[in-house]
Amino acid sequence: MQDLLETIIESFRILTHNKMRTGLAILGIIIGIGSVITLISLGQGSQKSIEDQIQSLGSNLLTVSPSRQSSGGIMGQFGGGTSLVLADAKAIEEKLTKTTVNKVSPEYSSRSQVIAGRNNTNVSVVGIYPQYSEIKKITMEKGVFISKQDVNLMAKVAVLGPTTAVDLFEEINPIGKTIKIGTQTLRVIGVTKSKGGSGFNNPDDMVYVPLTTAQKQIFGKNNLTSISVEAKSKEVMVQAQDEIGYLLLDQHKLNGPADADFIIMSQSDLLNTVSQVTGTLTALLGGIAAISLLVGGIGIMNIMLVTVTERTREIGLRKALGAKKKTIITQFLIESILLTFTGGVFGMFFGLVTSFLISKIMNLTYVISFSSIALAIGVSSLIGIIFGLYPARKAANLQPIEALRYE
Amino acid sequence: MIKVSKLSKIYKVGEVETIALSDVSFKIKKGEFVAIMGPSGSGKSTLMHILGALDLPTKGNYILDGESVLNLNEDQLADIRNQKIGFIFQSYNLLPRTTTIQNVMLPMSYAGIPKEKRLETAKKLLEMVGLGNRLNHASNQLSGGQQQRVAIARALVMNPSILLADEPTGNIASVQADEIMKIFEDLNKQGHTIIMITHEKDIANHAKRIIHIKDGKIEKDEKN
Repeated sequence: MQDLLETIIESFRILTHNKMRTGLAILGIIIGIGSVITLISLGQGSQKSIEDQIQSLGSNLLTVSPSRQSSGGIMGQFGGGTSLVLADAKAIEEKLTKTTVNKVSPEYSSRSQVIAGRNNTNVSVVGIYPQYSEIKKITMEKGVFISKQDVNLMAKVAVLGPTTAVDLFEEINPIGKTIKIGTQTLRVIGVTKSKGGSGFNNPDDMVYVPLTTAQKQIFGKNNLTSISVEAKSKEVMVQAQDEIGYLLLDQHKLNGPADADFIIMSQSDLLNTVSQVTGTLTALLGGIAAISLLVGGIGIMNIMLVTVTERTREIGLRKALGAKKKTIITQFLIESILLTFTGGVFGMFFGLVTSFLISKIMNLTYVISFSSIALAIGVSSLIGIIFGLYPARKAANLQPIEALRYE
Repeated sequence: MIKVSKLSKIYKVGEVETIALSDVSFKIKKGEFVAIMGPSGSGKSTLMHILGALDLPTKGNYILDGESVLNLNEDQLADIRNQKIGFIFQSYNLLPRTTTIQNVMLPMSYAGIPKEKRLETAKKLLEMVGLGNRLNHASNQLSGGQQQRVAIARALVMNPSILLADEPTGNIASVQADEIMKIFEDLNKQGHTIIMITHEKDIANHAKRIIHIKDGKIEKDEKN
């Protein structure tokens, strides 16, 4: 152990003699390790950002939607089915909350023109039960959410998403003001907090009303467009999906899954798909960066070969003084590992700083993964061994007498 | 102590065979101071390399301390070089940019001797060759004579059976060469066995026995 430490100290001394050469050899490893860490960190960061966004829509979420419906042999339009009714949601709530299901939220949503004074906007109007806010993790910016009483009384109240609130009321506080949806006039009782979503189903650009109000007074329909179900945990998602499926088949008096007039999508399906895509992307980027690491490793090998040639006489002398093959191999391997390890440590800091800056600029989640650090230390040392072994063996196999004569 | 019988070394380059040594036999007893003399190309360096376990003969036998050196593997040969032979080279062969004491300690670290003992022994020997005040000088800052004295300290550090000196004064000014030879004579008086290779009559005259080699054969083996 003592000997190893001394060899390391001596190798360090030797490497500092030629600072320029040592520095350039290390630079190759710094760039290699640095870029691998940066790209993996950015890949994982964007994966985390996307997953967070999906998670923010609610966790352990299952969505039941009507699927195409056949009536008398004519296939209906996708999503346009009317097979789901409130009784389905009630049945799930009654029968499955004992086992796998936590909360059930029946919903009726449709796009509609919403008018407030001289402003108007086309948004999703969603009829809901109060538990919707818990399942979809909606919090209030101002006012209150739809209550159980509002649903029971078919109250003419509405809660606005922050984007909708600005579209309709601009700077004015919308609480207490009225909006018109179709022929109905509703009083605004709350504005939700922004969730930072975007796109077609942006939770910030919606109007929430009691389900009864939406069904009976605004749209005049009896069916549901979806039922959101929160499972008790991530582990029971699949089981919950199965149980809901069979319960609904039973409710709709259908024979088997092939006849189902509904589909159940879990959030984990979506998450898996996204994770797979971003995971592949991360691996691809990491692979490209690994090529630069390989080039760095070849640089180390090159330097070590030059070193061995330059120090042929020294190797001959060491052998004449009693150094065994093993001793010589150890000495040169330690030199190359020291080069790559130093490169690995600097490369790690370089990579962590670079990925921090880029993720700040690109507004991604900054992920420091333990694997990155293990990679920097492990892979760089491994490169030292792989690319140092050949030069070290070459040194150890020199014949002492020829090495001593070498000019 | 050393018994060499019918030693031959033949170098083969392509089809051409060069005979460096042919049927060389002699014995050297403990405590002798032997000079091996001969013109360049006589085969004296080849003989020295074989005696130093740096090279193996093509034919013949070499027994050192009752042990045949020819049947050993590479690691065993390394141990022989480390423990039984002290080399002194014409060009000193010290590690550059390394302090004198580290140079002297090097063979001991290959033998796995603990650091305190190494420092102590190296210091003692450097004082003996008159370099007690140069312990932490880089070896390339010393004069030729001083460097050779460091090399002698290094050769003695494992207390070897024989000291092998290859033209030890070849690169040194004559005044300093006399100092080096004085050290050899003192070492011999203390009981060290010394084999020295040289082509200079003056230097060979310091030895008690001179073996003359010419064309790979012993020409004359005389007491001095």
